[in-house]
Amino acid sequence: MNLNNAKKSVLPIMNLVRMQGVPILDQLHLEERLLRCDLKNWCIVNVGTPQPTIVMGISGKPSELINIKSVIHNQVPVIRRFTGGGTVIVDKETIFVTLICNREAVPLLQLYPQPIMSWTGTLYQDALRDFGKFSLRENDYVFDNLKFGGNAQSITKNKWIHHTSFLWDYDERNMEYLKHPQRTPKYRSERSHIEFLCRMKDIIPSKSVFIEKTLNSLQKHFVLQPIKSDDISNAPYAPSSRLLTRQELEHDLLSTGT
Amino acid sequence: MASKFWASSAANALKISCSGTKISAFPALSRCFSSVLDGLKYTKSHEWVKHEGSVATVGITDHAQGHLGEVVFVELPEKGVAVTQGEGFGAVESVKATSDVNCPISGEVIEVNTKLTETPGLINSSPYEDGWMIKVKPSSPLDLDSLLDASNYTKHCEEEDAAH
Repeated sequence: MNLNNAKKSVLPIMNLVRMQGVPILDQLHLEERLLRCDLKNWCIVNVGTPQPTIVMGISGKPSELINIKSVIHNQVPVIRRFTGGGTVIVDKETIFVTLICNREAVPLLQLYPQPIMSWTGTLYQDALRDFGKFSLRENDYVFDNLKFGGNAQSITKNKWIHHTSFLWDYDERNMEYLKHPQRTPKYRSERSHIEFLCRMKDIIPSKSVFIEKTLNSLQKHFVLQPIKSDDISNAPYAPSSRLLTRQELEHDLLSTGT
Repeated sequence: MASKFWASSAANALKISCSGTKISAFPALSRCFSSVLDGLKYTKSHEWVKHEGSVATVGITDHAQGHLGEVVFVELPEKGVAVTQGEGFGAVESVKATSDVNCPISGEVIEVNTKLTETPGLINSSPYEDGWMIKVKPSSPLDLDSLLDASNYTKHCEEEDAAH
């Protein structure tokens, strides 16, 4: 009996969708639909979003998190997503990796934020062990104490989603749109965005190496089944992730005087 | 009124994680415990309901708030909305995650706890009292029969934590 095949045969299946340059709002809509309307496990990899876009968590308040005047002036899109967590600005040099799993997908995993976050940390620890001192630090992925991946989650009764925006590279000018948030992890130690971030391209040889290492790590837990995004059924669902209107941003600016 | 109380506040004071791992603070204790009140009914997904006449008050349990961490945002339905047993009616945000809150009974939302908008941490500090989430006019009294009493809910929490 081939034990490797026997072991592989009991791993749950995870559908793998690889995308290139899909707008982040479209990606979020797909994710929310798969979380709410589909029972299967999914991994979504999207390399880049066409234009710089600010993405806030479900409870994000623009006046607290972004420099609204310059955002409006430069017509930077602002999205409020369905998951928790903080604010990021993403662009064509951001790599997005999303995991959507049902309750049984990871044995003995409790569907609470911290256990899920820890489990993903072990996944990326395995993927990135050849490149620098990776760790999960207060819910961020870091090399040493420099953040390169921001995480957010949403947990339903029987499913969870964990998605990450990885900074392959970034434009420092874009970080100027983001304010220093009120809630920051302790390890950030009052550092500015530029001071506490790092670029993956300075540490990992190529985007494809990062993605393949990640998928190799994932294959220790799942049987990956490639699926084309066009083949995903379009179940009717009204997503909550949305683009904030200019009127909403202006109203927030006026009401808070910031 | 609590007739059965476990040492979650002591655990919090000692900054012991309640994430399901076994941690020995004292030789006789192998894990953290949460408060469970008699007189309430519970779901396996860690919501509670207090039925008083034609009104049922709903929230999440001490066990749930301990595992979620600091609640920073609460999403609640509007008054008049219909809720269904076992289905989500709102969500809480904690530690970069939104977590659905499911309704223990079916009915109509007649009141929401607006204090949670400004002070979402009430769910952590007072999960059974000031941290209540919605009040419901029940549509089916039989819904309560399928829920857990305090003893069975405690057992469910212990089994769940022991399995992880």
